[in-house]
Amino acid sequence: MKIDDKLAEQWIKKGAKVLDLGCGDGALMAHLQAHFGVTGYGLEIDSDKISTAIARGVNVIEQDLNDGLGAFTDDSFDTVVMMRALQAVKNPKSLLLDMLRVAKEGIVTFPNFAYWQNRVYLGIKGIMPMSDTLPHAWYDTPNIHLCTFKDFERLCDDNGITILDSAAVSDSPLPKRLPSFMHASFDSAIKAMPNLLADVAVYRIAKRRP
Amino acid sequence: MTDTASLFTPRSKNNIAGSVGIVTPERIDFNLPLQLECQRVLNGFHLMIETYGNLNADKSNAILICHALSGSHHAAGYHSEDDTKAGWWDQLIGKDKAIDTNHYFVVCLNNIGSCHGSTGPTTPNPDNDGKPYGVDFPLITIKDWVKTQVMLSDRLGIARWHAIVGGSMGGMQALQWSVDYPERLRRCVIIACTPKLSAQNIAFNEVARQSILSDPEFHHGRYLEHGTYPRRGLILARMVGHITYLTEDAMKAKFGRDLKSGKFLYGYDVEFQVESYLRYQGERFSENFDANTYLLMTKALDYFDPTRDYADSTLSDEDALTYTLARTQCQFLVVSFSTDWRFAPERSQEIVNALMANHKPVSYVNIDAPLGHDSFLFDYPRYVAALKGFLEAPFVGKKSRTTNTPPNKNQPKPKLNQTPSQPNTEQSEINP
Repeated sequence: MKIDDKLAEQWIKKGAKVLDLGCGDGALMAHLQAHFGVTGYGLEIDSDKISTAIARGVNVIEQDLNDGLGAFTDDSFDTVVMMRALQAVKNPKSLLLDMLRVAKEGIVTFPNFAYWQNRVYLGIKGIMPMSDTLPHAWYDTPNIHLCTFKDFERLCDDNGITILDSAAVSDSPLPKRLPSFMHASFDSAIKAMPNLLADVAVYRIAKRRP
Repeated sequence: MTDTASLFTPRSKNNIAGSVGIVTPERIDFNLPLQLECQRVLNGFHLMIETYGNLNADKSNAILICHALSGSHHAAGYHSEDDTKAGWWDQLIGKDKAIDTNHYFVVCLNNIGSCHGSTGPTTPNPDNDGKPYGVDFPLITIKDWVKTQVMLSDRLGIARWHAIVGGSMGGMQALQWSVDYPERLRRCVIIACTPKLSAQNIAFNEVARQSILSDPEFHHGRYLEHGTYPRRGLILARMVGHITYLTEDAMKAKFGRDLKSGKFLYGYDVEFQVESYLRYQGERFSENFDANTYLLMTKALDYFDPTRDYADSTLSDEDALTYTLARTQCQFLVVSFSTDWRFAPERSQEIVNALMANHKPVSYVNIDAPLGHDSFLFDYPRYVAALKGFLEAPFVGKKSRTTNTPPNKNQPKPKLNQTPSQPNTEQSEINP
């Protein structure tokens, strides 16, 4: 389970109705169903992943996120989750608003384009970044809407979206190479400078109350 | 009950070893009056069935297969060593196949009104000196079929099916089961289906019916008594139907504009390969199918509307379906095929959306397959993976407090033609 999945798990209430956008092989939904009595659906377009999710006992609907959430009525879920898919959709803004139409809360994670490694690629090497989190070459990537923490927060602010919680996490192998006594200081460094040091952002969002 | 594949060596003209083996149909009699939706009563009837795999002790591993318009009880395996034609769903039913007979006891029946052995227009009418029913056979609906399938379940002692699976018109029966008898199935698989026919669907059916009805050999449906049958009408009906089962691209790939003799003959005989194919399909079909059955089946399709007894007629189609499916208690798998234009993916999505509006457990896959509506008959890997995965996945639907009757190792095999032993459906009732 990825670290952002673990964070998401903390923010989802027991027995909640959950919609998982881009659910992949259904690992998160299967986990939430088994341990937290969660019900709901995963949306996915990758056919192999759909088959795996079905075999896990996850309800998965074959649907392209770019087609929107028109099939779902307002406020029909407690939480809508979208893990590392925001950067790959055609219209992130309208999808975010649609997410908060169908659910009370949203949990969104995406790769941070301002992560220091990415800055090294662009600023020093002069080429588009590639990493574990962003493994694709620029000409062959599904990630068409990369953004940074700051960009995302500005988008929320401009569109009446409240950020209830956020966390910056690191997928990269760097912390593992550090001696263990330095882990705590690395964590606090991430907290202090997330836009530079964290490669994945996790946000819990809701509609701003008027 | 028939599981003899290993006894036979494979032959080149068939693939017995790769199937459930040689199977023997069984006849099951029901000597009770059957009240039909059309208000008429059928005084007793019989069903032809085939079964594959073994029923477990607590009778919890049974899967019911519902057939489509031209199908029969012969879904898998072969009828003899020399038989060259496997059952209609042999690609999907068998050991290690999508519907795995290593795990499941698979039951397929021939519906009444059909012409493959169960009571229908070609079987003797006891109220008319044993002459064939012909046109006197009542119009049967999907709901009536499900009612007879429930009677069959009772006879087999199956209180709750592991799954009910059907493609096209078979999917309609599975869907009807889920609303009429929600507590009697755990899983419902609806393939290449629609919540009801569109005007265009009905229009095609009407052309097929008119082809038969206007054939001079039809004799108001009493052709068997006249020692003849409306062959031309049946051929035409099938030709029209067949066009709707395929796609423009599939026909282009298979025939293009190829000419049989390589040149125009400036006449009305068969010239294009596609004409030859359609005539061949029509002729072959007309030899094995009954015209009254074709009429009846197309009418059953046209009438199908699972919301009829449940939703207020003032509701929109969408709301009526949502309201009706609120009754269901099983988990669903809905499968459509990308090139199916007879029952297009959007029609399957209507079912999926109505289920999701009720927060019911459902998975949906749209399989990329070139053969249009007919695709549901073939074992595309993705289709097999989804179906197999769904049938074998942990149950996420509503749990019943007591499911089937508790396991009893000494339980005898169900004797099919005895007085029905009523399974304890009260026990399997879901919500206290």
